[in-house]
Amino acid sequence: MGSYILKRLVAAIPVLIGVSVLVFFIMAMIPGDPALAILGAYATPENVAKINADLGLDKPLVQRYFIWLGNMLTGDFGRSYSQNKPVIDEVMGRFGNTLILAGVAFVLCSVLGILAGVVSAARQYGLADKLITFTVLIGISIPSFFLGMILIIIFALKLRMFPVSGMYLIYGGGGPVDLMNHLVLPASALAVVATGVIARLSRSAMLEVLRQDYIRTARAKGVGERRVIMGHALKAAMVSIIPVLGIQAGFVVSGAVYIEMVFDWPGIGQMLVNAISQRDVLLVQGGVVVVAACYVLFNIVVDVAQALLDPRIKS
Amino acid sequence: MTLFNWTRRAVLAAGAALALAPMAATAQTPEGVLIVGQVAEPKSLDPAAVTAVNDFRILVNLYEGLTRYKPGTLEVAPGLAESWEVSEDGTEYTFTLRSGVTFHDGTPFNAEAVKFNFDRMLNEDHPFHNTGPFPLAFFFSSVEETTAVDETTVKFKLSAPYAPFLSNLAYPTGLMVSPAAVEAGGADFGRSPVGTGPFKFVEWRANEAVVIDKYEDYWGEPAGAQAVVFRPIEDANTRVAEMIAGGIDMMVEVPPTALSQFEGDGFNVVEQAGPHVWFLILNAKEGPLADKKVRQAVNYAINKEAIVNDVLEGTAEVAAGPTPPAFAWAYNDSLSPYPYDPEKAKALLAEAGAEGASLTFYVTEGGSGMLDPVAMGTAIQADLAAVGLDVSIETYEWNTFLGNVNPGLEGKADMAEMAWMTNDPDTLPYLALRTDAWPDKGGFNSGYYSNPEVDALLEEARTAVDQEKRAELYKQMQEIVQEDAPWAFIANWKQNAVTNDRVENFTLEPSFLLQLEKVVKK
Repeated sequence: MGSYILKRLVAAIPVLIGVSVLVFFIMAMIPGDPALAILGAYATPENVAKINADLGLDKPLVQRYFIWLGNMLTGDFGRSYSQNKPVIDEVMGRFGNTLILAGVAFVLCSVLGILAGVVSAARQYGLADKLITFTVLIGISIPSFFLGMILIIIFALKLRMFPVSGMYLIYGGGGPVDLMNHLVLPASALAVVATGVIARLSRSAMLEVLRQDYIRTARAKGVGERRVIMGHALKAAMVSIIPVLGIQAGFVVSGAVYIEMVFDWPGIGQMLVNAISQRDVLLVQGGVVVVAACYVLFNIVVDVAQALLDPRIKS
Repeated sequence: MTLFNWTRRAVLAAGAALALAPMAATAQTPEGVLIVGQVAEPKSLDPAAVTAVNDFRILVNLYEGLTRYKPGTLEVAPGLAESWEVSEDGTEYTFTLRSGVTFHDGTPFNAEAVKFNFDRMLNEDHPFHNTGPFPLAFFFSSVEETTAVDETTVKFKLSAPYAPFLSNLAYPTGLMVSPAAVEAGGADFGRSPVGTGPFKFVEWRANEAVVIDKYEDYWGEPAGAQAVVFRPIEDANTRVAEMIAGGIDMMVEVPPTALSQFEGDGFNVVEQAGPHVWFLILNAKEGPLADKKVRQAVNYAINKEAIVNDVLEGTAEVAAGPTPPAFAWAYNDSLSPYPYDPEKAKALLAEAGAEGASLTFYVTEGGSGMLDPVAMGTAIQADLAAVGLDVSIETYEWNTFLGNVNPGLEGKADMAEMAWMTNDPDTLPYLALRTDAWPDKGGFNSGYYSNPEVDALLEEARTAVDQEKRAELYKQMQEIVQEDAPWAFIANWKQNAVTNDRVENFTLEPSFLLQLEKVVKK
């Protein structure tokens, strides 16, 4: 198992270098530059040249790439001009917030999705199955940002049960209860689509397994239905559910971009959108590299988990 | 059946848990604490380092400049300087400073502090010049030397007479920071700012809030609120929702379409016209618009009333010329806007032989001061089509747009949208209407307008020391420019804000700066 993990980690290095090359040159190619964004209407060629020199953007492109890469390898991601602080501080703070939101949404969609799928499969074509399938279809079909706005209107403006936006009460807030309160609406909005997808796939994975001979054997031996489903069938079905969870985790993180804008959640999606429009090159690059690294790492974790469940995969 | 029972129990349990969940989420904001919904996280709270109105809104409550704008006007009044004298030739300004003023860190505000501020910004050898970059330092580029004559006297020597100097001092770039705090904070000074203003900095929680408290030892009238919290909420709809829910007491930049939600009881909508003008740059160098008659025809053909009332929902007024009326002292109020007159436009086009001409029109998706540029551009396109002009729109994201427009429209486009907010009537025409401001000379005259008379008037106004004389020159300039029509003059934006009924004494300033010292929060 150790060598398998090592192999996967080594294979991740070229991926990350590829990401850094891509994001660097895409940012270099998009029109407009940081000096224009800083100066806005006052961007005379003279002022632009001065700002570019101050920011070190007057050096040749390839040289800039290697300076950036070299600094990054020593842990220096540069300084964000639009936030006026080290890129890594901003990225880590923001990414932490995104992980809280996406993490809660992910737990929510995994638990609810698998549960719904299992119930659906156990009661195939029954009332519960039909109800769940119907609800899931609606969930998959609603764009999450739209659902977010609807949730704000109903639960924040009409019923006044939850706050409209933000992460903590702005004055005298803080603490886990305050955080949970602010998490309910955005995490729900974010989880809905993924819940639907996971429920659909769990259902078919379960149905597949339930048709296997060993399940019939288990039933024939007189094992209780609940044990057959939760013990025998679900464990086998998890082998095909886990990769789906891995993919959905990626979708939840990227879907957080919209949700963060709607709920003013100070996460990395909101940060990247702003950084791009302000041409804060170093912040965009640093943010993308960190997110990509986490994504790659997460995929490795998923693969390892799958290998643990199903030893055939390693070979 | 076990499984079904189990899930039914789970559903019941979940329902109960939901019902018990904390319900009192929307607490009222506390008394004496004003919570302001901003449009973005500030970049920095170092006044010399920032350019955005969003940041200025916080800064003007923490800091003060040597001069300030007289409330309700764009006229210069004493700030940290009690009085000043200008030499005959307009190149020497001597300021007498208010005595007994201290920065929030307890260090004294004096002539040395003023010198430190300007040297830091302008002198590349200054030990703290590296706390920049200072993108708007060129506002003071005519300053050759700053001298601290004695504790309360400071003298500026300018390289040439420069009349906007006094109003530039009132602009946020001229706000005075504490030298001791810059020395202590270095490049991070902008995250722990120290000024002399009615509020002092308390904390900046990244992406969450900037908190400022009443400064008890303020030299002037003490602030009306105990504390102000600036909260960035980037999405305009979310900002509106927070305002309705009571999470914030005040919001700026209300989207025109949301204004009707605040018409009822419990809210006050405040409006104020400011030094803003929205116009089309017309390419006077080549193509059909090189003919003055065609440029005038464009001005006649556009239904400006419909744009400000329907597209902008009354949040702007029709512009008459290049200078916004907010510069009351320099504005020529005998000018009236080009009337909406398609027939006249058609006649002018026929005279110029430009019927049915094709025009390329640069439109931006959004940008500072651009209001609703796509909808406005489309309305203009339709108006011009009605007089037989075939306009094709090219839309760009703001930075790309500036990258296309600022180097000049030649060979690319016939017209482009643009908007400016300035602090002095000199700035915009000087940078965007003179022959010496063509893009190849480093200016913003992207439509290549050139009129020697206008050039002469603007040069003279910039070096005239007497304000009445300057006003006279600007008024003449406006008349000529309106007639020459290098731009299509469209709108002057009225800035707006909404407060709830617990906020008192709030007004918006024509400078678009958010002065909160008098505001009381019940």
